[in-house]
Amino acid sequence: MSLTAYLVLAAVVFCIGLFGVMTRRNTVGILLGIELMLNAVNINLVAFSRFQGEVTGMVLTIFAICITVAEVALGLAIVILLYRTRRTAMADQVDWLKG
Amino acid sequence: MTLKIVGFWILAVVLVGSALAVVLTKNLFHSVLWLALALTGTAGIFLMLQAEFLAGVQILLYAGGVVTVVVFAIVVTERLVGETLSHTSRSLVGGAAVAGVLLMVLINTLLRAPVAAVPIPFASDPTYLIGRDLMTRYVLPFELLAVILLVSLLSASYFARPED
Repeated sequence: MSLTAYLVLAAVVFCIGLFGVMTRRNTVGILLGIELMLNAVNINLVAFSRFQGEVTGMVLTIFAICITVAEVALGLAIVILLYRTRRTAMADQVDWLKG
Repeated sequence: MTLKIVGFWILAVVLVGSALAVVLTKNLFHSVLWLALALTGTAGIFLMLQAEFLAGVQILLYAGGVVTVVVFAIVVTERLVGETLSHTSRSLVGGAAVAGVLLMVLINTLLRAPVAAVPIPFASDPTYLIGRDLMTRYVLPFELLAVILLVSLLSASYFARPED
């Protein structure tokens, strides 16, 4: 397969994730969409790495995966905290900062 | 060669199909399970790109770790609220329009971009090269990453601590 095939596949997955982020009301659902988008970026990095014969992209992918894990852990902790204080997980209802 | 193409298409269909299911299914729990399938499909793509180590990391950390954490979070929050989580979507048309336009632009650019058609072989085993680079060239970001993980996991467990 050519590099373009992998890049197009990653673009499709990225746009699906973006769609999820924009349309989901539940905070956990939004987090899942972000997961998909980061995943698409990882596909791109690995594909470029493979076609350049250079492992820098793969090292970056390891960093991206680790940071995603940290992000999910923190995001879910915030969701749990939100439930305790507000009894909701809908992103629309979290508007304390509204001026 | 044909086997590779068939494998790529199967993986692509699984990946795109499960990704669509993640964003479209009504049940939040099913969403997470579809995400696990999508992440496993990505691990297959990594295998096709000769990144065996990353495929392992992907399955262990993502499909194993992240999905488990999300499932736990759903179970805990459902118990806290005492009702099944609603997982409705809003402004489907607008979201589809924005995502569709972005996809068109991306694919249009990608198809015109001059990219390598044939992969350049690695100088050595990719896993060996990754390990060597992590310990030499990228050792500072690697250590910083350890600090980030420690801080974020500590603060996550602080946020989610039992109420006192």
